[in-house]
Amino acid sequence: MADKLPEHPDFLWHNPDPKPSYDAIIVGGGGHGLATAYFLAKNHGMTNIAVLEKGWLAGGNMARNTTIIRSNYLWDESAAMYEHALKLWETLPEELEYDFLFSQRGVMNLAHTLGDVRESMRRVGANQLNGVDAEWLDPKQVKELCPILNISDNIRYPVMGATYQPRAGIAKHDHVAWAFARKCDELGVDIIQNCEVTGFVKDGNRVTGVKTNRGTINTEKVGLCAAGHSSVLAEMAGFRLPIQSHPLQALVSELHEPVHPTVVMSNHVHVYVSQAHKGELVMGAGVDSYNGYGQRGSFHVIEHQMAAAVELFPIFARAHVLRTWGGVVDTTLDASPIVGTTPVENMFVNCGWGTGGFKGTPSAGYTFAHTIATGAPHELNAPFALERFETGALIDEHGAAAVAH
Amino acid sequence: MLLISCPNCGSRDETEFHYGGQAHVPYPENPDELTDRQWAEFLFYRDNTKGSFAERWLHSTGCRQWFNMLRDTVTYDIQAIYPMGAPRPAPNTDQPADFGTASLAPDSTTTGTTGPSVASTDLGPAEPAATAPKGATQ
Repeated sequence: MADKLPEHPDFLWHNPDPKPSYDAIIVGGGGHGLATAYFLAKNHGMTNIAVLEKGWLAGGNMARNTTIIRSNYLWDESAAMYEHALKLWETLPEELEYDFLFSQRGVMNLAHTLGDVRESMRRVGANQLNGVDAEWLDPKQVKELCPILNISDNIRYPVMGATYQPRAGIAKHDHVAWAFARKCDELGVDIIQNCEVTGFVKDGNRVTGVKTNRGTINTEKVGLCAAGHSSVLAEMAGFRLPIQSHPLQALVSELHEPVHPTVVMSNHVHVYVSQAHKGELVMGAGVDSYNGYGQRGSFHVIEHQMAAAVELFPIFARAHVLRTWGGVVDTTLDASPIVGTTPVENMFVNCGWGTGGFKGTPSAGYTFAHTIATGAPHELNAPFALERFETGALIDEHGAAAVAH
Repeated sequence: MLLISCPNCGSRDETEFHYGGQAHVPYPENPDELTDRQWAEFLFYRDNTKGSFAERWLHSTGCRQWFNMLRDTVTYDIQAIYPMGAPRPAPNTDQPADFGTASLAPDSTTTGTTGPSVASTDLGPAEPAATAPKGATQ
């Protein structure tokens, strides 16, 4: 586990001034925006493009997530999307020539009630049919894989078993962003930081430019990759998104010896834990219930999560919370993303990844780049169209025991 | 943790409350005449305002009454608390947020056109915290 961390890199990309015009502009310089730009350049030969970031590169949710990567979603559409991402995660370090420490240490999703057990077994079956590696573990097997878990039956939410995906794991999130950024830069993509979009220029219903705090930039196409701020951009462009932005919190402990060999998630008590390469215990909570753009949430959410974590992992009782933080996540009512066209011509949107966007980064980039380049969705993201809220063809992952990320 | 001034019970911790999302979204008056697009708007589309936002809250472990709140979604400042059915007040950040009035609406989670007429509702001057109405359990 305690693999050697890569050396801190030198500057991996330039800081160009915006050109007067581009073939495509990606709004949002996080993981999804950078991955989209990378695949636009690599797969579709579009190199006269720019990524605009209002702050610094990968300073939003890309810097705030708990880095869990898995593909064990229930529904066919989701399994295809996330499994495609997982396969890309497996090949990207070589392709990007950057070892961002993708560690396939497995992810366990605990079951605490009979309902959980039935849902979990159903999900294992669905996963296997979709070619996703998944197995069911009884409590004894859970304990063998993760000895620090408390599997006694006298706790409030006893562990009745777990699903396990061996190919799942974690990666160094910052390094993932830097890996994409370096390749984008090499391919000729302009990465423009401190460039906030303040409006759009339209000719009728067609977008023709982007207004920013660094001037107006003309463009043929616009791709929105702004996560929690997607609604704000959509409003500027004149359409609505079925998105609610919530604070989502996470925390780390101080550094510890390796004690936690895998990743453990519990949807029922809403806690998920891994141990980072350096040794911090990394934990994520559920979203705060209220809408918020503040990148912070309420402390009782942290308290609730810690109580659950200590009950499941008694050894954590003597660890300390070193740091807590929040990010703004863009949630949809079916807990599935929106990747596709918008009511505005030549404007495309990738949003709604909610609490689980990190793991989807490669797929989001891959399918969104296809959508922007060709004007039509890839078969993987076709079901994730904005229109599904009108047709009723929702992809309801909320009820599918995969809501925690 | 938000400190929320329930119009009936006074200031209580956020953990006593349940969030109800955007306020002033009335049930469609003629549901059988709605297009798929209009149904989608009603079911799935809500404002996602960055800034002053009117939203519903339920004091679920207290008086179990719904009320409306105007809150800044960036700073989380509570700018006004007002009854179900009352029109949205102008955000007034000079006033403390604890000038709530008791709920004038019946036990209803829908607001807007179906609410009682409360046009003359006076949201009242700024008063100290916990200005519960007479008879309310403190």
